Amino acid sequence: MPQTTIGQVHATSIAFFVLFVLVTLAITYWAAKRTRSTKEFYAAGRSITGFQNGLALAGDYMSAASFLGIAGLVSLRGYDGLIYSVGWLVGWPIIMFLIAEPLRNLGKYTFSDVVAFRLKQRPIRAAAAAGSLTTVLFYLIAQMVGAGTLIKLMFGLPYELALAIVGSLIIAYVLFGGMLATTWVQIIKAVMLLGGATILVLLILNEFNFSYSELFSRAEDLYTSKFMQPGGLITDPVDAFSLGLALMFGTAGLPHILMRFYTVPDAKQARKSVFVATGFIGYFYILTVTIGFGAAIIVGHSAITSIDAGGNMAAPLLAEALGGTAFLGFLAAVAFATILAVVAGLTLAGASALSHDLYVGVFRRGVSAEREEVKVARIATVCLGIAAILLGIVFKGQNVAFMVGLAFAVAASANFPALLMSIMWKKFTTKGAVASICSGMILSVVLIVLSPTVWVDIFGMEAAIFPYKNPGLFSMSTAFFVGIAVSLIWPEKEAEEKYADLKLRQYAGVGAE
Amino acid sequence: MDVRINNKDLLEDPDFSRLVARKNRISWILTAIQLTVYFGFIGLIAFYKPFLGTKVSGSITIGIPIAVGTIIFSWALTGIYIWWANSRYDEMVQKIKDKVGG
Repeated sequence: MPQTTIGQVHATSIAFFVLFVLVTLAITYWAAKRTRSTKEFYAAGRSITGFQNGLALAGDYMSAASFLGIAGLVSLRGYDGLIYSVGWLVGWPIIMFLIAEPLRNLGKYTFSDVVAFRLKQRPIRAAAAAGSLTTVLFYLIAQMVGAGTLIKLMFGLPYELALAIVGSLIIAYVLFGGMLATTWVQIIKAVMLLGGATILVLLILNEFNFSYSELFSRAEDLYTSKFMQPGGLITDPVDAFSLGLALMFGTAGLPHILMRFYTVPDAKQARKSVFVATGFIGYFYILTVTIGFGAAIIVGHSAITSIDAGGNMAAPLLAEALGGTAFLGFLAAVAFATILAVVAGLTLAGASALSHDLYVGVFRRGVSAEREEVKVARIATVCLGIAAILLGIVFKGQNVAFMVGLAFAVAASANFPALLMSIMWKKFTTKGAVASICSGMILSVVLIVLSPTVWVDIFGMEAAIFPYKNPGLFSMSTAFFVGIAVSLIWPEKEAEEKYADLKLRQYAGVGAE
Repeated sequence: MDVRINNKDLLEDPDFSRLVARKNRISWILTAIQLTVYFGFIGLIAFYKPFLGTKVSGSITIGIPIAVGTIIFSWALTGIYIWWANSRYDEMVQKIKDKVGG
């Protein structure tokens, strides 16, 4: 065992964490007075600037799994870990080129608003809400199980207590402060995470006289030149492309990310926020590369795996080695804040799918008083927060790493194709959209269950029925194909006629809210 | 906003059709470039692993600048789009609105 205080309760980590909680709760109190209407609850009154939203998007997207997980993966597998650093970023330009501005111009609070813009409200709302909720729930389970495990590792708190703390805090943020409080929690977290990672990289480079050639030659001495080139992580080309597609287009179909574009006043600010977010997220993933190699050299493989076999503690161990327990305490608080910001975003997205899409759009047929909708959204928030805690407990000790991949596969297959076709294709119909969402959603879930990841590794069967680990290539292309085929077989004249309105609003912002 | 604008005039205006075509062309070209670069990177990993292990300087392999370069390039592409949209697109939209609404 290496010399480490990880897993003990430090005064510094508690102090940083308590400070973070106090500040965010104060913000929630301030935001609560500004969170009464639906526009305020779901979209922070559209008062967020492009730059602020860029930071909040980064805070919403960069999860603890990507911070601790990718740094750990690079530290243990070298170049193979870099493949993930790249993969998590490349979806953002797609959001910029195809999604952000039309989404902002056409919708109000959720991406279902856009799909339902010229199609029949009830069936679209029901299908899109199912797609959103499936994505959010898989992502939420992965985050909660990760949260319980990480907090237990870093603070030594019992798993269930950690989940209860996370669950109650996010209920407090979202229930009282809505999108405004969630946004500021995400902004503060993004600044803490980017700042902490930057300091860590500077401390690493200081050890190598600020020379990358020195850093990499030390890595080569220790782990041979194989460490600096791709190894066994990606072997099958079909699997590699399938994973790439899911990461790229899944990013553009995540409900909690798409929802953030409604917090800015107009399409111009929406595009600015993608540029800012892409810059910060890209910068962060480049930092994780240095952190990973630094941990491999300074901490070493045996010490990293002795604490956690998956390498998740590589960055915290490195922080302790270079910056002492104070810096470790700070980083532990950052990891906690990271979890809270992502889970708050997911809860809000889930609550809006339940209240705005299902309750108002389907159950009340689009007619509901403002006050009633906010009330339903608040009830949904509490239910989801409690569900998150319970799901985390149910899946305790399970291997849930595949659920993040599943969330991205569902987002890329159920949400993205319907969203893109509703914006770009005049002949897209209600039946086509419902068929596309359902086929993409069902196929991605079924294929993952039949894949080696679940069928063999979790169910313990001998051979997988579906040979690939990533269903994205198949489920996403099927969703597009089904959507196109059904729309062509059963045309919808009314939807075609309404495309003119959509065009005016999408390209010239006429009538955008 | 823009209550003076006659939507029918705007839709039938040839400048509006040109605007839509321009915007879609830019979006799809940039999307195609992004897909090519990323799947080019994945293709190298899937088919040409030894190439990525070629040393360029000391112990640094060419794979490392390629990976970091893909991230920076993706961001630069969003920069190109925002530059085009802020300088050209917004101006075209305003011109058409002025013409039709005035």
